[in-house]
Amino acid sequence: MGGTIQNRDAFLATIATQLGREPKMKVEKPIWKHQPQRTVLADASLDELLGVLRVQCEQIHTDIVETTKESLPVALDEVVKAYGGGPLSLWKDGRFGEYGLSDLLETKWPSEQIEVNSWDPSLGEKNIELAEQANIGITFSDMTLAESGTVVLFSSADKGRSVSLLPTHYIALIPKSTLVPRITQASDMIREKLNNGEQVPSCINFITGPSNSADIEMNLVIGVHGPVKATYMVIEDC
Amino acid sequence: MAMKFSKKNFTDRTKENISDDFMRQAVASAQERLHGRRLDAAEELGSWEEWRSHGEEIRQHVLENLDFYLHQLSENVAERGGHVFFAKTAEEASDYVRDVIKKKDGKKVVKSKSMVTEEINLNAVLEEAGCEVIETDLGEYILQVDDHDPPSHIVAPALHKNREQIREVFEKKLDYHKTSKPEELALHAREKLRQEFLDADIGITGCNFAIAETGSISLVTNEGNARLVSALPKTQITVMGMERVVPSFEEFEVLVSLLTRSAVGQKLTSYVTALTGTRDEGDVDGPEEFHLVIVDNGRSEILGTEFQSVLQCIRCAACVNVCPVYRHIGGHSYGSIYSGPIGAVLSPLLGGYDDFKELPFASTLCGACTDACPVKIPLHELLHTHRRIIVEEEGRSPISERLAMKAFGIGAASNPLYSMGSKVASTAMKPLTKNDRISKGPGPLKDWTDLREFPAVGNTRFRDWFYDQKGGK
Repeated sequence: MGGTIQNRDAFLATIATQLGREPKMKVEKPIWKHQPQRTVLADASLDELLGVLRVQCEQIHTDIVETTKESLPVALDEVVKAYGGGPLSLWKDGRFGEYGLSDLLETKWPSEQIEVNSWDPSLGEKNIELAEQANIGITFSDMTLAESGTVVLFSSADKGRSVSLLPTHYIALIPKSTLVPRITQASDMIREKLNNGEQVPSCINFITGPSNSADIEMNLVIGVHGPVKATYMVIEDC
Repeated sequence: MAMKFSKKNFTDRTKENISDDFMRQAVASAQERLHGRRLDAAEELGSWEEWRSHGEEIRQHVLENLDFYLHQLSENVAERGGHVFFAKTAEEASDYVRDVIKKKDGKKVVKSKSMVTEEINLNAVLEEAGCEVIETDLGEYILQVDDHDPPSHIVAPALHKNREQIREVFEKKLDYHKTSKPEELALHAREKLRQEFLDADIGITGCNFAIAETGSISLVTNEGNARLVSALPKTQITVMGMERVVPSFEEFEVLVSLLTRSAVGQKLTSYVTALTGTRDEGDVDGPEEFHLVIVDNGRSEILGTEFQSVLQCIRCAACVNVCPVYRHIGGHSYGSIYSGPIGAVLSPLLGGYDDFKELPFASTLCGACTDACPVKIPLHELLHTHRRIIVEEEGRSPISERLAMKAFGIGAASNPLYSMGSKVASTAMKPLTKNDRISKGPGPLKDWTDLREFPAVGNTRFRDWFYDQKGGK
C-alpha cells in the first residue's frame, strides 16, 4: 500500500532553477574526503570496548552489571527486585530462552507474584496498556555502541516500541558480542541489510541511558517522559 | 507562533531585555556550560576539525543536489505507506496539516519540539480549527502553559525563566502545589503529559534529519517525548524544512554525532530514533497513518545565492552559545524564533528585511559563531554580506547615518575642508565634553552615547602631532 505524493514536480523544479540547472534524476555520492568516524576505537578489542562502555555509563547515569550466561538469571532477578519487582513488560524474543531465562520468566517470577507480560501481537492495544502500567521494561540490545553507551533496538511485531519507553525502569540485556565501537558500525549494519534486499524496520531506537532534561535552569533532571532509571546487563557470551 | 513574535522594534526589545538581570545571568551561565561541554566533547573526539570538514562536505553536497535527494526521499516514504506533501508556503503547510487532522476527526494533538512548526504558525492554525495542541518538550510545555511565551533559545527554549517563575506558572495553570525543585516540577509535567500522550489521536513532530535512501525521518531528544509522540497516536504528521535531508544512514550518523556534541556536549542524546513510514504489518505501536510535510517557505530563494551555506545549518545552537551579543540581549531581543547568529542570518532571509534588518547589525563580527559551527557556515561573513546589501543595495541605513557619511565624504574629499574640519572639531565638541568624555552626543553619536561614553576629541590633531614629532621631515 503505497502512499501519495503531492506538489512534487513544481517544488523540485524551483530548486533546480535556483541552482541554475536542469532537475537531476541521478546523483553519484562522492567518496568523502574526510572520514574521521572510521578511526574512532577502530582497533579496540571487545574487552577494550567494554572498558569504554563502563566509563561512559557513569556519564549517562546508567548502572552497569557484568555477568556470565550462567549467572544471568540470578543477576537479573536481583536487578528486578532492586527496582521493586513487577509488573514487567518484555519483548517476545527467542533470546530470553537462549540465555537461560525461561525458568525465571515462566516459573520463578510468577510464583513470587511478579507479573510478567511478554509482547503479544494478538493482544493488540492491550500490550501498550500493560507496558504503561509496568514497573520495568526489559529488552535485548541488537547492537551496543561503546563510545556513546547506546543500545540499538530494532522494532518488529514481537518487539514493541513501548517496552523500552513506557515503564518506569528499563533494563537492557547486552550480549558482549553485540559491542561495536560506535554508531558508525550500526549505520554500516543497517546499510548492509539494505544491500541484502531487507528493508529497515519501521522503528530503530538508539537509546543512551534513562530519559532526562535540562530545561529548567539547565539543571539535569533524570527521568522525564521515558524511564527514570536504566541498567545495562552485559553478558559474557564469547 | 509565527517566526516574528514581537511588534516592538529592535531597540525597544533590546532595552527591555538588557535590564532583565535574571535573564542575563541565566543566559551567561547557560552559555558557559553549553560552550564548555561542547569544547570537552570536541577535545575528547580528537580530530574535531576533520569532523567539521566532513559535516560541511556532506551538507554542501546535499544542497547542490537537493532536488534529487528530496525526490528519492519522497519515493521511499511513499513506498513505505507514508504520504508526502510538498508545501511552497507556510500557509500551504499548516493548511495541509489542519486538513489531515480534520479528515481523521482528530481532537487532541501532542507535539514534540519543532522549530519549523513554529515558523509556519501551526499551533495557532490548529487551535483556530478547534484542536487541542499540547507541546510535550518540557521547555516548550512551560512556555505554552505560560500563555505562549516565545522561545529564547533554539535548543533550550525556556532558558530565560527561573525555577520560581516556572513554579508560579504551574501553580496558577496546573494546580501545582509543590516546591520549585526542578525534579518536582519535571515529575509534575511527566504525570500531566503521560495521560495526554495516551489520549491523543494525532502526533506532530519535527525532523532532525530525513534519510533519502530509506525514506526515514529521525528525532533526537533527551526527554523521550518525540518517541511517545511517534509511538502512541494513530496518525503521525512530521514537518521538515526542505534542506534537512541526508543521502543515507552513513551520513546521518555523522551529522547526528556533530549535532549532539555541538548542542549539548553529549556523544549521543538519550534517544535518537529513526522512523520509516507507517507501522509494519503486525506492529502494535507506531502510527497507522504517516504524513511527511516538506516545507520551502523561502528556503529555495536562498539556494544559488551567496547565502546558500546558511542552509547547511543543523540547528545545534553552538553559534548561539558563543555569541557575545546574544549573551547580553538574550533570545527575545531578536524578535524571531531563530535567535543568535544563525537567527540574525536566517530571519532576514526567511522573514524579509522589513522586519529583521537590524539583526545583522547586532553582531560584533568577532567570528566566534563561525568557529563554533560544526558544519562550517561562515556566519559572520554572511552577517557582513547582509549589512552590505542593506546599506548599498537596499539603501536602508538610518537617514542620519547616510547624511553623516555623505557630509564626511564631501569633507574628506577636499583638502581645505578636511583641514578646517579637523582643526575645529575639538572646539566644536567642547560644550559636550566633560572630564575628557562625551556622554550626550548629538545626532548620529546619540545611539552610541545612550549606552556608553565617547572619548573627547583631542586638542592636537594627529597630523600636527606627527609633524611636530618628526620635525617636518
